[in-house]
Amino acid sequence: MRQFDRRLAYHFDGLLLVLTLLIIGGGLATIFSATEARVHTGFTNNPLVLRQAFYAGVGFLGMIAVVLVDYRRLERYAYVVYAVTLLLVLAVPLVGTVGGGARRWIDLGPVSIQPSELIKVSLVVALARYFHRSQATGDVRLVDALPAFVLLVVPGALILAQPDLGTVGVIALVAFSVLFYAGLRLRVFVMLAAVAALAVPLLWGHLKPYQQQRVQTFLSPEMDPLGAGYHVIQSKIAIGSGEFWGKGYLHGTQNKLNFIPEQHTDFIFSVFAEEWGFVGALVLLGLYAALVLRGLAVAHRSKDRFGALVAFGVVSIFFWQVVINVGMTSGILPVVGITLPFFSYGGSSLTTMMIAVGLMINVNMRRFLF
Amino acid sequence: MTSRREVPNEFRRRFGFALALVVALFSLTVVRLWHLQVSAGDEYRSLSEHNRIRLKRVRATRGTILDRNGDIVVDNRPSFDLVLVPEDAHDVPATIAVLTRLLGPEVGDLSAVVAAARNRPAFEDVVLVRDLDWERIVKIETHQFELPGVSVQVGPRRTYPFGQMAAHLLGYVGEVSQQEREQRRGYRLGDLIGKAGAERYWEDYLRGVDGGQQVEVDSVGRKLRVLSEVDETPGNSLVLTIDRDLQQTAEAAMEGHDGSIVALDARTGEILAMVSRPAFDPNVFARGIRLSEWKALVDDRKRPLNSKAVQGTYPPGSTYKVVMAAAALEEGVITPFTTIFCGGGLFFGNRTFRCWRPQGHGAVNVHEALVRSCDVFFYQVGQRLGVDTIAEYSHRFGLGAPTGITLEHESGGIIPSSAWKRQRFGEPWYPGETLSISIGQGYVTTTPLQMASVMATVANGGIVYKPRFVKRVERTDGAAVLEEQPEVVRDVGFKKSTLLQIRDALSDVVNSKRGTGSNAKLPGIEVGGKTGTAQASRAGGDKTSQKGWSREKRDHAWFIAFAPVDNPEIALVVLAEHSGQHGGTAAAPIARKVFARYFGIPDEDAAALKRTAGFVPLHDQYGAAIRLSALNEPYPDGGDADADGDTHGRN
Repeated sequence: MRQFDRRLAYHFDGLLLVLTLLIIGGGLATIFSATEARVHTGFTNNPLVLRQAFYAGVGFLGMIAVVLVDYRRLERYAYVVYAVTLLLVLAVPLVGTVGGGARRWIDLGPVSIQPSELIKVSLVVALARYFHRSQATGDVRLVDALPAFVLLVVPGALILAQPDLGTVGVIALVAFSVLFYAGLRLRVFVMLAAVAALAVPLLWGHLKPYQQQRVQTFLSPEMDPLGAGYHVIQSKIAIGSGEFWGKGYLHGTQNKLNFIPEQHTDFIFSVFAEEWGFVGALVLLGLYAALVLRGLAVAHRSKDRFGALVAFGVVSIFFWQVVINVGMTSGILPVVGITLPFFSYGGSSLTTMMIAVGLMINVNMRRFLF
Repeated sequence: MTSRREVPNEFRRRFGFALALVVALFSLTVVRLWHLQVSAGDEYRSLSEHNRIRLKRVRATRGTILDRNGDIVVDNRPSFDLVLVPEDAHDVPATIAVLTRLLGPEVGDLSAVVAAARNRPAFEDVVLVRDLDWERIVKIETHQFELPGVSVQVGPRRTYPFGQMAAHLLGYVGEVSQQEREQRRGYRLGDLIGKAGAERYWEDYLRGVDGGQQVEVDSVGRKLRVLSEVDETPGNSLVLTIDRDLQQTAEAAMEGHDGSIVALDARTGEILAMVSRPAFDPNVFARGIRLSEWKALVDDRKRPLNSKAVQGTYPPGSTYKVVMAAAALEEGVITPFTTIFCGGGLFFGNRTFRCWRPQGHGAVNVHEALVRSCDVFFYQVGQRLGVDTIAEYSHRFGLGAPTGITLEHESGGIIPSSAWKRQRFGEPWYPGETLSISIGQGYVTTTPLQMASVMATVANGGIVYKPRFVKRVERTDGAAVLEEQPEVVRDVGFKKSTLLQIRDALSDVVNSKRGTGSNAKLPGIEVGGKTGTAQASRAGGDKTSQKGWSREKRDHAWFIAFAPVDNPEIALVVLAEHSGQHGGTAAAPIARKVFARYFGIPDEDAAALKRTAGFVPLHDQYGAAIRLSALNEPYPDGGDADADGDTHGRN
């Protein structure tokens, strides 16, 4: 380690850290509320809050570790990290454990990791490295972007097989966000959209009736009134019944009655919105918006491509997940298994997201060192 | 360190677009929340506090089970269940108190039921009482206003109209266990699942798919309107190969005996009837078995829950001589004309192996030895074959291994060999043990189903079929989902003459004057069979009076048979467990009743026929010469001519 530059400390972005910690704190409080009733009724006897707090600690250490190393040195290992996480994704069907009807976890005794969460960040870093070294950045043709597509499609296909449609969607959105920022020609976007539009009917015909039904249900939950459709209705009731001021902390009834599925993971926003109302939801969304805008500023101010692309990619992860998760719980988007960053219960998701924040802080800190 | 690479201007240009998108989507989200929480907030608030939206599950009707002619054997009927939604009851203890007062103490401790469901969400139904009678339903309905959160729901209930009939084959259903829910997806607490027999093995076909309704209910749980619903998909029907008539006849014929009957279609391996006694009543499980009832069934020494047809293993006794004769003729250690002298016993090693007939049978050939069940003849044959050859032929018949019938816990029985004994006891095989094996005693054990299959194989010319009891799986509209086909396991590959020779002898067992199975004789139908009396204990002594013995020590009576001899259709096994009587006495008359029903002959005629001029075999290949040898044999009176088994004299 070279001598620590005091300018670094000076440029350490406290705002990003504070925003992150505020959101995590809100998440812990809400997880407590969402699981408290179940602890009382004997549904679960392990306080999930404590586990989540532990993961927040782990994530914090990861974040510090990432901040300490100059991100341009990280760039060198981008592909290695990507390869490792890809191997983990690959290992899931072989040694994974099933949960909620899909195989997503690798069990390591005390903890279990969800490789599909890790790949989000490692893919962003790998894409950033690719475009950092590519001559074409700023005016990317389809040919130039082909390796980037490979980086996306391999894990995408594996995760699709789990099956985890939601995560694949997020990964694709994030990858295309990075491609967009890296300067992929708009013509190519248009072309890809056209190809997709043509391919859909062809693929549709090849699906078996039950698979078609699954996709339809996925797109419109009303078609599954006993499953997803019911969850969405209960989630909307929870959010709506919070009204303007909310029912008050620990006073959410929908949640207490276990009407909401996945109430401490994917649907945690409904628990929060019921208890804190429109005001609370607005505050939370404000925090997220601040985080995203701050991240965009980091990307914008970065002095090199790698930093800019990493920051932009990381921001796009947060942004898409927040929008999709809130859209899903409030019933305007399909029900997909997407977590609310820093908020939903889940160790892999939380620690990965915190490491991602660390990357942003890192890029921001070292922009004056050139 | 990589060289520093400038950020291209393109990034700057695209930044604006990204910013705009972020602002736009966040704004949209806020607008949506405003709509939900402020504009429509009151509506949702009241939905969360008063009128709630609930899921009411509509249980799928389990598929019926039919016999081969389409007659119902297992059905469903409506059951009126008393259901409580704790959350709607507001004051659960008070509600329970009212219920207990209304319904009386007979319905049991309702608060215990509620306590057991404590860990479930409060809006989920708890079934308090199943199958309410009409009077109580009326009481509940008239006091509805005192009973918030209480309702009577109608749902399908499994019913077995014929009670114990074929109970082990049909099986039973019960509430799904924790373990089953972990292993199989899509089962919820309180769902029913097939626990045994056909109900268990064919569960996935029978089950159907639950439907449900999204309903809006008021604060005491009354249904206001149905928002949307999904119809249940009823389960598929199972069409069995069982013939209900024949099954009932067989059940009745077993009255007063423990044991088993298996009737097979010799041409396909389809099971026509399968009885195991003592049995149980599957209806008890359908209504929810009480712990005391369950304990009584499990602790009963006669094991009513076990299917003796497939799980019971017994020494086959003299019925095994059919396998022995086939092996001997195939191996060429004897010809049809080989005679062996029986003087009532065989001195071997340093002890005497007795024949059941102390005065002996004289010189007998294989035909005669089967007809009169001579032990000495088969001792000799066994010696000539050796244990491993006997084992090989037994395996060809499918003995010593499960038949593969789709029922749980099927036993394979034991066919000993020298290798088996070394592995099992670490000892060499002793030649003397071969003699015990030869007459179906010693280590040999078989299940009634296996012996039925042996008989079918002999009858159909040497094909071993996998026994099946399901013909078809049908949707409710009658369309076939699955069509089961006869499944050939193997062809034993015997000479035609071997099987003809045996069939001919087995016909004489029943139809000739001297046969041991004359109790199974039928007018107009030629039955062939073999009797057997298998020792259950090592106690020697007088075979004719086991009346005073304890039940477990008494002999098993076997009768394996097929008919008609010329063109066999049905193979049958009767095993009367621990009857203490001979196969010809206890088992053959039961077989006769089943055959009579199958061929549509009134049983009175059949019974009257006993040892009068009955069916006289017309085709007698070796007959004349062979039978002359035995003509001067006086026939013992009483007609119960069969007895066998070696009495291992320890002198």
